[in-house]
Amino acid sequence: MLLFIEQCLNGLQLGLLLFLLAAGLTLIFGIMDFVNLAHGSLYMIGAYFAATFAAMTDSFVLGALLALIATFLVGVVVEMVALRRLYGRDHLDHVLATFGLILFSNEMVRLVWGPEGRNLALPSWLNTAIEIFPGVYYPTYRFAIIVVALAVAGFLYVIVMRTRIGMLIRAGASNREMIGALGINIKLLYTLVFGIGAALAGLAGLMQTPILTASIGMGENILILAFVVIIIGGIGSIRGAFIASIFVGLIDTVGRAFMPDLLKLFLSQAAASTAGPALSSMLIYLLMAVILVLRPEGLFPAAGNR
Amino acid sequence: MTPHLTARNAFIAALVLALFLVPVYAVWIGNNFVLSLFTRIVILAIAATSLNLIMGYGGMVSFGHAAYLGTGGYAVGILAFEGVTSGFVQWPLALVVSGAIAFVIGILSLRTRGVYFIMITLAFAQMIYYVAVSLNRYGADDGLTIYRRSQFGGLINLSNKTVFYYLCLVILMGSIYLVWRIVNSRFGMVIQGSRSNDRRMRAIGFPTFRYRLACFVIAGMICGLAGVLLANHTDFISPAMMHWTRSGDLIVMVVLGGMGSLFGPTIGAVALLVLEEALPYVISVAGRVVTGHDVATAKEYWQLILGPMLLLVVLFARGGIDGLLASLRRG
Repeated sequence: MLLFIEQCLNGLQLGLLLFLLAAGLTLIFGIMDFVNLAHGSLYMIGAYFAATFAAMTDSFVLGALLALIATFLVGVVVEMVALRRLYGRDHLDHVLATFGLILFSNEMVRLVWGPEGRNLALPSWLNTAIEIFPGVYYPTYRFAIIVVALAVAGFLYVIVMRTRIGMLIRAGASNREMIGALGINIKLLYTLVFGIGAALAGLAGLMQTPILTASIGMGENILILAFVVIIIGGIGSIRGAFIASIFVGLIDTVGRAFMPDLLKLFLSQAAASTAGPALSSMLIYLLMAVILVLRPEGLFPAAGNR
Repeated sequence: MTPHLTARNAFIAALVLALFLVPVYAVWIGNNFVLSLFTRIVILAIAATSLNLIMGYGGMVSFGHAAYLGTGGYAVGILAFEGVTSGFVQWPLALVVSGAIAFVIGILSLRTRGVYFIMITLAFAQMIYYVAVSLNRYGADDGLTIYRRSQFGGLINLSNKTVFYYLCLVILMGSIYLVWRIVNSRFGMVIQGSRSNDRRMRAIGFPTFRYRLACFVIAGMICGLAGVLLANHTDFISPAMMHWTRSGDLIVMVVLGGMGSLFGPTIGAVALLVLEEALPYVISVAGRVVTGHDVATAKEYWQLILGPMLLLVVLFARGGIDGLLASLRRG
């Protein structure tokens, strides 16, 4: 039971990290109609920035903040230099161009930081465990990730639903041409949204670093998971992304932890230990397949994208 | 459609001729590396040709095409590991399995369009990748060495490098011919019509879903065959065969060469892989010229140049190399 609670929290934490990535992706897709494969690269760049800045400033929090700003700026520059020209093009063009961008940024990171990974040491006040229930201890840092990600999710909700910028973002998602025609500086809005998306990806990356270390290509596998989240949640929908990412995080983590044991109830020991890992790595994709059969548009399709 | 002597046709004829002469060249300079490199190029050109069938002609941008490469390869590898080395069993089975997987993926993902389709094919390919990683009996992450290439009795000896190269090349030409026949058939017209306007095709009474699914499965099977060849070429299978970047490479080959053109994928495969070999060399030479001494590490960073090159191709050369050649005549 203790293990189960711990795994659920781990799943929640993975899910929330996925949400940070998926929210940026889905915002960028919803508003600019742009598929950004290189979103995982921003995740990686955020992680490397955090490791560097934390080492420079000797402070975890300050390093993280600087890394956030830097990733935001990288996103803004990349959007203005390259990606801006691709809006309105075929989706295949987006895929190719951002694929090229992934190759470029992986090599760039290797050039700047070298081939070996970077660690990000936790300050002592985070490197402890807290008692969440009587007798149940959980690492403070992982708990902090959950709290921060939830706070960011809430913040995002307020921005998108309650502010003027958010109103423009939502309007842009449902009808791009119209808000341009109404005199909104759409270019600036695009750049801003891309920067916000980049910062969210960077935040996810830097929060993952103390647990997994920053490495080249770290953003790619989690990016594909974020795609699964978006497909399940419905493209362009932040609410869908939130619910789907929690689902995917929980099912993936809990499935990996308990699937082999669960199978042992039905199958022989040998068969279970063979099929268990294979089946648990397939779980979320099976979930995606089921959702696709039932609702090809995802659980919460955004209004403007049909 | 009679062939004319255009720059484009002359280039393609020269390319095909050059491909047929590669083993001669390899013997002449006494270097087996060239032959091995071009065997790989030809095999990946087969895979790219199959991707072109669905992507170029059918408008189905599959970002998971490497999955069939892996499936074909694993079919051979697993059978060889379990003691079945006969090609008469391995090859048909590999085709059936690739086709079956393409059928399942297709039936699910063809319900959607556009970006959804790209992401879903990517996700399913990733799933198959992870399944391969979790196959502990068959080497998991590290892969599996194939000790005997597919046996075809006394018919053909795949261990002979030259014979194997020509077999691959013949299969490539066969796939291009097959794609040509498909594209110009009634079936192919429906596929292309559904790329331009699916709703209209359905309105005039074509069940386009079935047509597209059949096309998707055919492409998957051709790519599975390329996987069979790749496993036989490297004598090795591993999940890396179907890493998602491989799917990206295949898309790059198709677009670089020319999407929706018969020989485009072959041109693209040759261009990309030769570039992959040549760029590190060019960089190291350029580095020596610029800095005045050897910069041994600089050549590792060739992707630093390839990435922006892709961006430039996308921005400025939509039709790929084939499109450039075709526009030479038009002026």
